[in-house]
Order: sequence, then structure tokens, then C-alpha cells
Amino acid sequence: MISYGHHRYPGRLFVVEGTDGSGKSTQLSLLYQWLKSEGYSVFFSEWNSSPLVKDTTRRAKKRRLFTPTTFSLLHATDFADRTERNIIPPLKAGAIVLADRYIYTAFARDVARGCDRGWVREVYKFAVKPTAAFFFRAPLDVAIERIASARPELKFYEAGMDMEWADDEEESFKIFQGKILEEYDHMVAEFGLTVVDATQQIRAQQSQMRDIVSRHLKEKLKEKVVLAT
Amino acid sequence: MKFYGTALPGVEIEPYPGKLIVIEGTDGVGRSTHVLILRNWLESAGYAVLDTGMTRSVLAGRGIKDARAGHTLGRLTTQLYYATDFADRLENQMLPALRAGFIVLTDRYIYSAIARAVVRGADPDWVRAIYGLALVPDAVFYLRVRSAEELARRVLASGRGFDYWESGMDLGLGNDYYDSFIAYQKLLLKEFDRMSGEYGFKVVDASRPVRRVAGMLRRAISRVIEDEPATGGLAIVKPVSSATVKEASSTVSLEKAKLA
Repeated sequence: MISYGHHRYPGRLFVVEGTDGSGKSTQLSLLYQWLKSEGYSVFFSEWNSSPLVKDTTRRAKKRRLFTPTTFSLLHATDFADRTERNIIPPLKAGAIVLADRYIYTAFARDVARGCDRGWVREVYKFAVKPTAAFFFRAPLDVAIERIASARPELKFYEAGMDMEWADDEEESFKIFQGKILEEYDHMVAEFGLTVVDATQQIRAQQSQMRDIVSRHLKEKLKEKVVLAT
Repeated sequence: MKFYGTALPGVEIEPYPGKLIVIEGTDGVGRSTHVLILRNWLESAGYAVLDTGMTRSVLAGRGIKDARAGHTLGRLTTQLYYATDFADRLENQMLPALRAGFIVLTDRYIYSAIARAVVRGADPDWVRAIYGLALVPDAVFYLRVRSAEELARRVLASGRGFDYWESGMDLGLGNDYYDSFIAYQKLLLKEFDRMSGEYGFKVVDASRPVRRVAGMLRRAISRVIEDEPATGGLAIVKPVSSATVKEASSTVSLEKAKLA
């Protein structure tokens, strides 16, 4: 089994991370459009997208079957399917893979739910290390405000209601998001995440992203030239 | 209560009155036969028994079975799906039963999962780290046969014939089910032998007649049960039905519900 940091593929993997409401998906789709228009072969991969695991996850959420451990493991299962189907093959083929949420989401959420930091990292050791990971950092009150206005109702696990931190969903959600943000902040140095200030203008954030992404694409071209000579 | 690695989050670490007894072994050694014999024996003696086994979780059992039927799971995905199934059964079946003083008989535990994963190229440390969430059992009986050929004869004698997964057909080790079964089971046997010392298996020679093996298991399990502290819940002397098991697990979910 090849582990994190040891994968060597010709493709490039860019991931976006951040709390709900940080605007990361908007940024990723803008990046996607741009790369497409530049003529790259781009592959999109989302969190919770494995068709094999989806039914189990949906049922477990509905019937509230999860403990922090099984929540973590089932999401890891989903992620493994995603890695084996949608991430490694396009990377091998030399494509650009864009991932909306990656292992850092699991690290943040699962540790916020009380899972052991070391254990969760061990579980995801098979993951491919991204070429660059962008962490869209929004202050807690901004993120909560954005979510509250975008969604009529918070879901049980989304609000962290399984943890019994608070009786009220909104209160629970705030506590949960606070813990998640704290974990993300820890990971910036640990995994070398690129922090993007998510309170900036959308275009400003996008240009920061494109700047970094294009540097990695140039590198790739250089490699090709070297190989050709 | 002792875990192989880090304890499960949100689980109170306290001594429990029950006993966790594992019956391990490769395919066709007679594990389920012995679990059944032991269950009957223990229940007639007045002990409450919960028996469990792989893919029997409420959470992930169905998903795994569906995926296996379609042969569509990748290797990493399979290992993690099994780990999810295991964790769900540990937290929602085994632990509640152990706390309620049951004898938990489990047909396979983490060792089969580890062996299957390692044989398929998973990093042995990775699999062990994941299963660090497992409770260290009170006893592990490893039903061992001498050769893969003997397993093949047993599988045939049972009338089941060779199964795709038991034959390790996904590994491409042989051209037909028989060759593949032999090659695959050999690898598994080797992996089990490797784990035997590491995890302190009590090795049982399963090549002997069922009656002899059953007698040996009974004697060994009596000893495990007897060093029970006086305060334990093993003295329940009433007929036990599966309803009691459900009661035990629902007590825990009730507690959770109350807190919610």
C-alpha cells in the first residue's frame, strides 16, 4: 500500500477545505471553469460521493446509527472508494483532479467529535498527498451567518447534535464549527495548507488560487521538456 | 477493559462482567458449527450468550453484502467497510452485552480482517492501527487445520462448494476455484500463524473430530469463565432468549436518547 506523501503520479491534485459557508465550493468551480478553458483535462471529486457507500450513509444518518468511530470509518470507506475510482486513476492518466473537501475535513470533524488525532490520521494514510490544499478561512461568526442564511434547517449530524453539547441546534452547530475551525488551524502547519482569507472578494481569492495552481502546472510542463530531451 | 490501541471515543473504560470469547480460523474450519455448539452448551448452563460475526452489523452489513455480490469494491474500500462493520458491532452489540454480563461468542474478530487485508497487499501496520479500536478479548481460540488441501475437502464435504471470496478469486492466484482456493488459503494460514504469538491465540487442532474439538473448547472456556470475579454477572440462571440481548443493547441506546 502506498501511503501519504509517497504517491508519484503525473497528474495534479488540488483540494479545497474549510468550514461550511467558507465559499470553497464556489472557488473550486471557478477554478474548474478556468482550467477547462485552458484546455486541461480536469476531473472533479466530491466528499461523500461513493455510490457504493451512499445508501449506507444516508440510512445511518436518517436512523441516527452513528457513533463518532463509525461516522469516521464509514466516511473513510467512502473516501477510499473515491480514491480508488476517482482520484488515483485520473492522476495516473496525467489529469488534474479537483477535490471538494479531502482528508482534512475528516481530521477536523472526527477529532472535534472526540476521535483520537493519531488514529484518524493513520486510517487515512492511504490518501494521495495533494499538490496544493487551500484552506478557506472564514471567522466563525461569518461562516455561521452564511450557513444560517443559506439553509432553512440544520441537519442532525451537521449540527453535531449527536455529541449532546447543547439542546439547541444552532448552539450545537456553533460549538461544533468552533472545534472544527480550531482543528483546521492546527493543520495549517502540519500539512502545509495554503490559507485563503475567505472574507476577501471572490475574485481576489480566485486570483490567489489561480496564481498558485498555475505555478504547479508550469512545473509540470518543465518536467515534460526535461523528459523529451 | 483493555483496547489494542487507543480506546474508543465516548466509551467509558470500566471493567465489565461479561466475557469476550473469539473463535477464529480460516474458511471451512468449522467455526460456526462450534459457535453453535458452545452457545447451546452455555445457555443450558444458564449463561446469557450473544453471538456475532462479520457483516452482521445494522450499520454496514447490508452495504457490504450488496457490494460483494457485485464484486465492485476496491481493496482499500473493502478493508474500511469491514472496519466500519466491526466498530458498529463492537459499540452497539458486543460492549452492551459485555456490560450486561453476557458471554459474547464471536465468529471471527479482527484477526480474519487483518489476515485478508494483508494477503491483499495492505500495509500490516495500517490495518493493525485501524483495529486498535478493538477490545482485547478474554480468549481467542484459533481453529487450525494442517493444510489448505484439508480445508478444500471440508468445504466440499459441507456441500457448499467453493465461493468466490473464500477462494480469493479477486486475487487472480489460480485459473480455477480450486487452485485459487488452495493458494489463497495457504496465504491466510501463514498470516494466522504469524499472528498467533502476537495476539496470544490458543491454538486448537481442528483436524480432529468435531466432538473432540468441542470438548476441548468447553474445557478451555470453563476455565476462562471460572476466573470471573464474584461480583460478575455470569451467575444469571434463567432461560435466555435473544430478546434479552436486544434488551441489553436497547438499554444503551436509551441512555443515549436520554442524553440527547
